[in-house]
Amino acid sequence: MIAASKPIQRPRDARLLVINRQGAISHVARTGLADFLQPGDLVVANDAATLPASLRGVHLPSRTPIEVRLAGRKSLSREDTHFQAVAFGAGDWRTRTEDRPPPPPLVPGDRLALGSLAAMVDDVLGHERLVALKFEGRPDTVWAGIARHGRPIQYAYLDRALALWDVWTPIAALPVAFETPSAGFALDWNFLRRLRERGVEFATITLAAGLSSTGDGELDERLPFDEPYRIPASTASAIRRTKTKGGRIVAVGTTVVRALVHSGGRAGEGVADQRIGAGTRLCIVDAMLSGTHAPDESHYQVLRAFQSDGVLARAEGALEESNYRTHEFGDSVLVFSHQH
Amino acid sequence: MNNLRVAITGGTSGLGLALMRELRRRGARVAFVARSHERVEAIAREHPGTHGIVGDVARKEDIHPIALQITVALGGLDVLVNNASSLGPTPLALLADTECEDVALALETNVLGPFRLTKALLGALTASAREGRGAVVLNISSDAAINAYAQWGAYGASKAALRHMSAIWNEELAAEGVHFLSLDPGDMDTPLHALALPDADPATLKRPEAAARELADAIFAALEKEHA
Repeated sequence: MIAASKPIQRPRDARLLVINRQGAISHVARTGLADFLQPGDLVVANDAATLPASLRGVHLPSRTPIEVRLAGRKSLSREDTHFQAVAFGAGDWRTRTEDRPPPPPLVPGDRLALGSLAAMVDDVLGHERLVALKFEGRPDTVWAGIARHGRPIQYAYLDRALALWDVWTPIAALPVAFETPSAGFALDWNFLRRLRERGVEFATITLAAGLSSTGDGELDERLPFDEPYRIPASTASAIRRTKTKGGRIVAVGTTVVRALVHSGGRAGEGVADQRIGAGTRLCIVDAMLSGTHAPDESHYQVLRAFQSDGVLARAEGALEESNYRTHEFGDSVLVFSHQH
Repeated sequence: MNNLRVAITGGTSGLGLALMRELRRRGARVAFVARSHERVEAIAREHPGTHGIVGDVARKEDIHPIALQITVALGGLDVLVNNASSLGPTPLALLADTECEDVALALETNVLGPFRLTKALLGALTASAREGRGAVVLNISSDAAINAYAQWGAYGASKAALRHMSAIWNEELAAEGVHFLSLDPGDMDTPLHALALPDADPATLKRPEAAARELADAIFAALEKEHA
């Protein structure tokens, strides 16, 4: 596969690899996605907007530059300004995270000046880069500081720096994601209109998608971090309605699979703390639209819940052979589950 | 309708401030946006429980930070009021005497700003509609959007564009459950009016509080129609 180096959410030539229930593979233009949905199906997407989670500033005890990437929170509440964060030393997004120097040694009580924001290291979480971070000030002031000073988490494979409008999906609502739920880039309002015309329902959940990678092998082993989510009552009833009538649930992105499997499709808030993999029972999820993922990425594990390793190996071969584009702004895969 | 979540741009003076107070009186939770840090702080202090956001809707770079702060503060959004407006040149001028930059500013503030902010908040508004709360966007219009008044060229053209854009948004998004209103509040005793016509007798002008009541009625009527 080749890296999608231009931050365009819906390139006109975007492609879609489809793996049907039996494991057969086909290639289509992504604009034809709606053709794979039937009246009575339900598409569920993650409507989390993306925070400008990368904050640059100074580690005050050592007077050295630091970048923190907000990476997790215990709840979706605005009052909650305690974050898990991954810290980096000097340098910027043009350097691959793998090559970024570590932050200055961090100990609890260290203060950071991040633009107008004042933060304190509350704890170091078993790794020199991973900290619990507490912001000082009232919630409105903290969120204003993040909104104005923060930048979206950047990717070294892109040809320019990302602005917030590059990473908000068309349906982006509550800003709680740390990295963008990028499977949703494939959706636009015209697609939602076509779904309605076909008799396909659309619903959303909100899950605070965390980091997809940190550039540190040891930390990456701990991904995904716990992610708070919310299932609206209207989404829970759409799921019940669909299941009763024998329709299929199509999850847009791994985050939706995680939220639906964790909640069983019931309304309310929760914290998804499980991993999805080969042994996961998908329960209510029948298919997933996602980016193109290589076997060494954490997201690839999710695919293993949908199809056998043999089928996935053939799909991986087809993606390579046909030069599919990968990463956040790349092509897509629609995989149906063999579990049902 | 309790806990209605409303965002108002241009919320620290004139009609915006009156509407903020009116909606708050009716039980809404309000976030308001304005350019001046000092004004935002002062108005937020005077109205405990409201959320003041500093930003300029005419600046593209401000839109997403504004949208982010609105949705965090309110936990979503049911009603957006695009009220912040620019007159274009002040004092008012004949179109032929108007600098291109003044036309551009009127368009940035009165058309592109509301377009960008609506687009950035559409995910939150449609989520609210799907959850059965309803969703309304109110774009503040003017009789200058319809009638050709000499010296009101930049403002009138921009308000005409906003009015037509509201109609098209409404056409396209009715099926998503988002209702668009374009309403003319009338000639009011506000800082904007004083800037345009400094010699006008305030006694002949409508009180912004009266216009705010009418607009609030229209918002609630649109939400109820959605519920019916």
